[in-house]
Amino acid sequence: MSIALDFGAILAQWPFLLKGVAWTLGLTAIAMAIGMLVGIACAWARASGPAWLRAAAGAYVEMIRNTPFIVQLFFIFFGLPSMGVKLTPELASVIAMVLNLGAYATEIIRAGVEATPRGQIEAAQSLALDRVQVFTRVILPPSLKRVWPALVSQIVIVMLGSAVCGQIATEELSYAANVISAASFRTFEAYIVATLIYLLLAIGLRRLLNWAGPRFIFGR
Amino acid sequence: MQPAAETAGPAIVRITALRKSYGSHEVLKGIDLDVRPGEVIAIIGKSGSGKSTLLRCINGLEAFQEGALTVDGKPLLHDSAMAMRELRQHVGMIFQSFNLFPHLTVGRNVMLAPTLVKKRSAADAAAQAKKLLARVGLGEKFDAMPDQLSGGQQQRVAIARALAMEPAVLLCDEITSALDPELVGEVLRVVESLADEGMTLLMVTHEMSFARKVSDRVIFMHQGRVHEMGPPAALFGNPRTPELKQFLSSLHD
Amino acid sequence: MVEFTFWDILRNLLLAARWTVVLSLIAFVGGGLVGALLLVARLSKLRGAEPLVGGYVQLFQGTPLLMQLFLAYFGIALFGIQASVWVAATLALTLYTSAFLTEIWRGCVAAIPKGQWEAAQSLAMSFGEQLRHVVLPQALRIAIPPTVGFMVQVIKGTALASVVGFVELTRAGNMISNVTYQPFTVFACVALLYFALCYPISLYAKSLERKINAARR
Repeated sequence: MSIALDFGAILAQWPFLLKGVAWTLGLTAIAMAIGMLVGIACAWARASGPAWLRAAAGAYVEMIRNTPFIVQLFFIFFGLPSMGVKLTPELASVIAMVLNLGAYATEIIRAGVEATPRGQIEAAQSLALDRVQVFTRVILPPSLKRVWPALVSQIVIVMLGSAVCGQIATEELSYAANVISAASFRTFEAYIVATLIYLLLAIGLRRLLNWAGPRFIFGR
Repeated sequence: MQPAAETAGPAIVRITALRKSYGSHEVLKGIDLDVRPGEVIAIIGKSGSGKSTLLRCINGLEAFQEGALTVDGKPLLHDSAMAMRELRQHVGMIFQSFNLFPHLTVGRNVMLAPTLVKKRSAADAAAQAKKLLARVGLGEKFDAMPDQLSGGQQQRVAIARALAMEPAVLLCDEITSALDPELVGEVLRVVESLADEGMTLLMVTHEMSFARKVSDRVIFMHQGRVHEMGPPAALFGNPRTPELKQFLSSLHD
Repeated sequence: MVEFTFWDILRNLLLAARWTVVLSLIAFVGGGLVGALLLVARLSKLRGAEPLVGGYVQLFQGTPLLMQLFLAYFGIALFGIQASVWVAATLALTLYTSAFLTEIWRGCVAAIPKGQWEAAQSLAMSFGEQLRHVVLPQALRIAIPPTVGFMVQVIKGTALASVVGFVELTRAGNMISNVTYQPFTVFACVALLYFALCYPISLYAKSLERKINAARR
């Protein structure tokens, strides 16, 4: 029994795949930018905020981390409209990804912040820096450096998780693969190609972030 | 210079023209050494001189590129796992960081290797372990866990563990360097008693007065070579080379 | 218009949640067995094991689980076997779990200090004896919290099986939401049911980790 695989039909659709890749990377970039801010804010809240804020941030984090991303996405896209909040697939995807990364980033960054040696904080306070300055200039940069590998891993996970957004017709890579497979009847080949592209994206994204982190975010 | 050995006889450890490199960096540049049974040899020198590396070559934890090494008549064949196991039943090692097995009691730490390697029965191994622990002054700690003991006690357990294999040669790699000063004495006393009983010892050490008191021969290593060698009185009292003179004077600062 | 009560919704979701639990257990146990085999292959330095297992892990960790499910579903069909949702879902999730678990466990073995290996070697123990009596007992202890924690990932992963047609909690949520026109309530319940499954496990894993860390100090 021979299995004839025809990748030509898939690769001929490379513009469509490229569009999917662009969407995947775009969604990830936005999720990363806003999600990290959310993570930093909630990490601060959990580490040094008032009790009610700590509890609220904690509830948010645990809710996201203990439910599947696809369910979060469906809730935002299908559930919210019945409450009057109508969202486009793209907007729903971005919101879901931001909330998802934000929750995981919170825990990762919080671990980094809590590992800051006491002496650092005391030295900064002795230099009369105010609380915001102590956090943003003395605590945060070394914390980010400390946890950067874990953060990068999580961003890659969110990028790979974005494949699910194709289910609500966001035109990212898995959606492109779905469409191509429906048109060409070469389902297996379409998914193989998409999977390999995802693998390359994951490897590339990791390298890029490992390179960019020391340069732009927290210093060597 | 004839060292006063406890027992005479053919060399129990014979090292010939040993060379070892880490990549392009040569750390042992041709070592020749014969150790007689019952001899106590102290190896001293600056860090980076190759002392620990030499010791670790003798029980095969490091591989060497050129030269020959024989222990108790058996050549060291690094490629043969069986030959290495055979060798390690004749050579024991005590580490600077003790390396006791944290998940086993003190007694089981000592019993483990004899039961597995020498196929001793649990009862025999336990009896032997109790005897050895008593010998190092820890008879009552048989059921204690390693993390309940002080550094000096842990190191003494490590000595008992190595002795349980009844080695012909004991290698001591800076065994007191990680201990608080007040705990060093109890370990050195055990080592001294081993020397008195005729155990062949090779010790890398910074405890100069101990080396002077207990060893038959002292070797000063410098940049991967045996720079000076002789009885402790001669080496410490009358250093010949400027490197040894400088090393000894730096210790007194 | 048929009115659906809250209890109607919840009851059907709970029934579907059974399959989430079943699928999770199969994947976790199966994945654990495969992962253990891969770990042993790696540790015993079988020829080619390191690059092969390393590549296997990179493949499953570097691609979306959704794609893995699709490939399992359509790949099985290629071989002439009837494309069954059960086979595809269990196969994909088992392999996915095995890759992650073997990597977690490898990390635990690597965390054992080199001195432990050296002490065991110096006592003339064979590689197998070093592993069995000295390294693995210690590695196992520190492996328990992350392994328990990964169960949560497996449960969340089963939600993706809904996309290839497996009827578990998420798919039931989709179906019920389409029938009842109450997506907000339905998906909120779905989320809460997953939370009820996962949160206790997360808490347990965290408490295990605290216990292990306390013992080490």
